[in-house]
Amino acid sequence: MTTLRKLELVCPAGALPSLKAAVDHGADWVYFGLRDDTNARNFAGLNFDSRMAREGIRYAHDRGARTVLAINTFPQAGAFERWERAIDAAADLGVDAVILADPGLMRYAARRYPALGLHLSVQASATNHEAINIYRDHFGVRRAVLPRVLSIQQVEQVVRDTDVEIEVFGFGSLCVMVEGRCALSSFATGMSPNTVGVCSPASAVRWEQTNGDMAVRLNGILIDRYAPNENAGYPTLCKGRFDVGGETYYAIEEPSSLNAIELLPQLAAMGVAAVKIEGRQRSPAYVAEVTRIWRAAIDECCANPARFSARPQWKSGLTRLTEGQQITLGAYNRKWK
Amino acid sequence: MSSGNHQPKTKQPGLALGPVLYYWSREMLLGFYAHLPHSRLATVYLGEVVCGRRHGMRPEDWLGLARDLARTGLEVVLSTQALIETDLDLRAMQRIAENGEFLVEANDMGAVRRLAGRVPGVSFVAGPHLNVYNNDTLAWLAELGASRWVMPVELGSEALARLHQRRPAGMETEVFAYGRLPLAFSARCFTARHYNLPKDDCQYRCLDHPDGQLLATREGQAFLALNGIQTQSAQVYDLGNAIPRLRELGVDRLRLSPQSAHMNEVIEAYHGALDGGLSEGELETALAPIRLTPPCDGYWHGKPGIEHLTA
Repeated sequence: MTTLRKLELVCPAGALPSLKAAVDHGADWVYFGLRDDTNARNFAGLNFDSRMAREGIRYAHDRGARTVLAINTFPQAGAFERWERAIDAAADLGVDAVILADPGLMRYAARRYPALGLHLSVQASATNHEAINIYRDHFGVRRAVLPRVLSIQQVEQVVRDTDVEIEVFGFGSLCVMVEGRCALSSFATGMSPNTVGVCSPASAVRWEQTNGDMAVRLNGILIDRYAPNENAGYPTLCKGRFDVGGETYYAIEEPSSLNAIELLPQLAAMGVAAVKIEGRQRSPAYVAEVTRIWRAAIDECCANPARFSARPQWKSGLTRLTEGQQITLGAYNRKWK
Repeated sequence: MSSGNHQPKTKQPGLALGPVLYYWSREMLLGFYAHLPHSRLATVYLGEVVCGRRHGMRPEDWLGLARDLARTGLEVVLSTQALIETDLDLRAMQRIAENGEFLVEANDMGAVRRLAGRVPGVSFVAGPHLNVYNNDTLAWLAELGASRWVMPVELGSEALARLHQRRPAGMETEVFAYGRLPLAFSARCFTARHYNLPKDDCQYRCLDHPDGQLLATREGQAFLALNGIQTQSAQVYDLGNAIPRLRELGVDRLRLSPQSAHMNEVIEAYHGALDGGLSEGELETALAPIRLTPPCDGYWHGKPGIEHLTA
């Protein structure tokens, strides 16, 4: 029986209780953001102030888990100092690494805090080894998170062609667009992931009841309309129904969630370093359950990869968490494209 | 050119024709480039930026076209693909980066790595998809050899003014000024999806949509345009009325993005407006009947991109 180098499990924390839940249920890493536009989940009521961050980091470190601070938006012209202060805070708090997308900010971090680990955010849109290696060569990036656009064969190629550790998404909401390469949200609302760390922001959402139907708009733009018997979802603008060539359908993507648990043996065998769980906006209970299931799956997979198969109770447990959405392998499966 | 603070305020931007973002047949492309009003343009960008499956033009065809256009006195730039997925994409990018003959527009960081410092003195254009949002990143690219950058489409005049307060010496600025906005890229092909075809067997249906395929809301509002793996605005972004401000900010190139019909008239209209031959009102009169769709300019004003603020 061959065992594999252990895949690390990277879990989201939108608040202190989620961080503790992730650590308690077996996360190797927890990632979180500060309470401002320096991170790509800049939502009201979410994220950490320095007191919470300090407590969370201590909690994780005391239990053998590592912490990484997401500073993964692009510093806006004239406001660079706010992002520099976030890097300073990361170093001062003692996180193990920061997740960055912007080269200017990486340079600041690498020069000022050479011991601070740098992870390349998915928002940097690096889909090939040349793109990943430029960040390694210039800033000493140790790990890169791949955008959710590559097939499993393409992931393998990237792993083979770079010595930077590769982290991939395993579970959670699915961006159809290349992360860091999507301005749809600012086109509709003026606010985007790259500029202020939000997509389809709640402040632009309006629900309207008309003749029994429920319409949902983003800054006035109709994203979808639901009959009384239909399940109405959050109006992320790429997941609405639109009209193209006289047909009304999910022209970009259905409301669906990524679940790559069945790919674990392949990911481990090809040398992927870590699997990331999306969902800093989720509840502590959600984080606990996803972490518990993925911990069990990774442990079982790495102990005996040849005999691994995703247990039905893991699959049903994860499906329950996706609130009835479709489950997809996303771009890992070429047919999705 | 010295630093941004000392830009002569009267400097005239040149017109740049962006890469054709759609899949046009080889014949259509060659005809388009042969009949351009070449003397009105300063720069032309060539190459397939969107999808590696589009193969009507082989690499040698692009190079031949580049040489023909360079002979008319145009600055020719070869653009690399924005989303590199396959080994073939990667090799195509490397071949363009190392062509040794023409300036290259890098549209991903992999291309920047291939271009940076490979040959001493070789410069490149930092394309609109590199996410340059601040001076520190712009300065880094300048050190790597970028001689021009194209502002991300979602930025506006205020952000540009701030970036120009510390523009690196010798760095030219290009602004996307006309055409459907390239807003997003995906691994998925939305044109193939529309026809219920897998991407690997797409039957090149984007050939049937030379300006992309309109996506409207369920109440008929034009919203986006599907162009293979790229999503664009349905509206035509048009900064014609912002020319005085673009000039004042010291912008060096205005990018006009090719559309399948009336492109020469768009070029002539912009040339007239830059030259002072056309007033703002006359420019609008010239462009209104030939735009694919109504205009938008919200991004330039720091608003949602879909909005149209200048009357």
